[in-house]
Amino acid sequence: MREIDASQITDVIRETVIEINYHLDQSLFQLIQQAKDKEHSEVASSILDDILENAKIADTNQAPLCQDTGVVVVFLEIGQDVHINGNLTDAINQGVKDGYEKGYLRKSMVNHPFNRQNTGDNTPAIIHTKLVSDDKIKLKIAAKGGGSENMSVVKMLTPADGIEGVKQLVLDTVFNAGGKPCPPIIVGLGLGGNFEKSALLAKEALLRELDDSNPDPTLKQLEQDLLKEINALGVGPMGVGGETTCLAVKVNAHAMHIASLPVAINIQCHSSRHKEVII
Amino acid sequence: MIKLTPPITDEEIKQLHVGDKVSITGTIYTARDQAHIRLLKEKNPKFDLKGSVIFYVGPTPNKPNQAVGASGPTSSYRMDTMAPELMARGVKLMIGKGDRSEAFREAMIEHNACYLIATGGAGALLSSRIKKSKVIMYEDLGPEAIRELTVEDFPCFVAYDVHGKNIFKGDANG
Ligand code: SF4
Repeated sequence: MREIDASQITDVIRETVIEINYHLDQSLFQLIQQAKDKEHSEVASSILDDILENAKIADTNQAPLCQDTGVVVVFLEIGQDVHINGNLTDAINQGVKDGYEKGYLRKSMVNHPFNRQNTGDNTPAIIHTKLVSDDKIKLKIAAKGGGSENMSVVKMLTPADGIEGVKQLVLDTVFNAGGKPCPPIIVGLGLGGNFEKSALLAKEALLRELDDSNPDPTLKQLEQDLLKEINALGVGPMGVGGETTCLAVKVNAHAMHIASLPVAINIQCHSSRHKEVII
Repeated sequence: MIKLTPPITDEEIKQLHVGDKVSITGTIYTARDQAHIRLLKEKNPKFDLKGSVIFYVGPTPNKPNQAVGASGPTSSYRMDTMAPELMARGVKLMIGKGDRSEAFREAMIEHNACYLIATGGAGALLSSRIKKSKVIMYEDLGPEAIRELTVEDFPCFVAYDVHGKNIFKGDANG
């Protein structure tokens, strides 16, 4: 049994929320740069320039990329042979509180659907936990903005809708969202499971490496086809029209009931902020 | 590139066309959801609405050496029902992101105002163009308080113009 102190988790969360909010991932930066070189429209290309310059300024000034520094989402994989000293949930929330204060990040959590009082420290984090069979803790930490989250969708399709039904739903969702989720976007597509599982699959798909693809050949093809078809919509950066609407499509799937085809589409803006840490 | 210095005149509005790059230098004001709700009830706001520029933003807290924290635009559509009355009272430019309602666009044309977008998520870049910031109303709203900002070469694009064009309908690309 390996002992891990809860304070170690607090430290990781505190430093990671600051780091991901200040520094755009290098591979994402390169992908945006490549997109810019292909862009014909002048407005679209200036917007992509702004996004690239923004990342450089944030990096140099050690400042947040975006004013919406997001809600903290943590996917935990806890080894069965780990014992945590202290309360895990409290440790994560303490890390969020400390990081958002220390990093001058915006506190965007309100406590109630209607009273809507700001909790003042960006807690609570949204935490998903899985048990695995080792003696480590893996944390996938994301700061998710509201603009793109608001354009996300869960829909229960029927098996007969098939792959064409799924594609149509994705294309409609991205088209209707237009410039609101700050394109160029990344699409996380969760297929199968049930109602809530599909949403989790979609969120976790957004945390994959930008250049990987689903190991299943049909789903890999779906990722590639959807990327092309979304970009053919012409929504463009910030919705102004252009070649670049989407930078990557990530599909994650799970077994499901014979009667269902749950589909969740989680939209991620260009300010994609997440990191994986193993303790 | 069109350079503008508020207050904005009717003549300047007519010269703006969808897709134009605009650079603003001077004084602009922040207001988003809650500040709009309150402004509508306000008889004597602490700034002159005539010819004014409103930026839809809720910045991050500023570091000690910064005028203001990250300041990218928020989605404009949430202000659609409230913006017409402010335009009737003199607001000339609104800066935000994303498409808005037809009702807003018609009211904007009627009041001879203009809707600009700034690059969403470019909070650090836009913050570097803000030289001074002062909360002038509704301090209790935190990031949603109304601030007077002094900006230099603040970069925007014309999204809707008074000639009926709309950038989100592809009008910037011919
Ligand atoms: S959608 Fe993303 S980039 Fe746009 S404002 Fe929200 S967090 Fe920032």
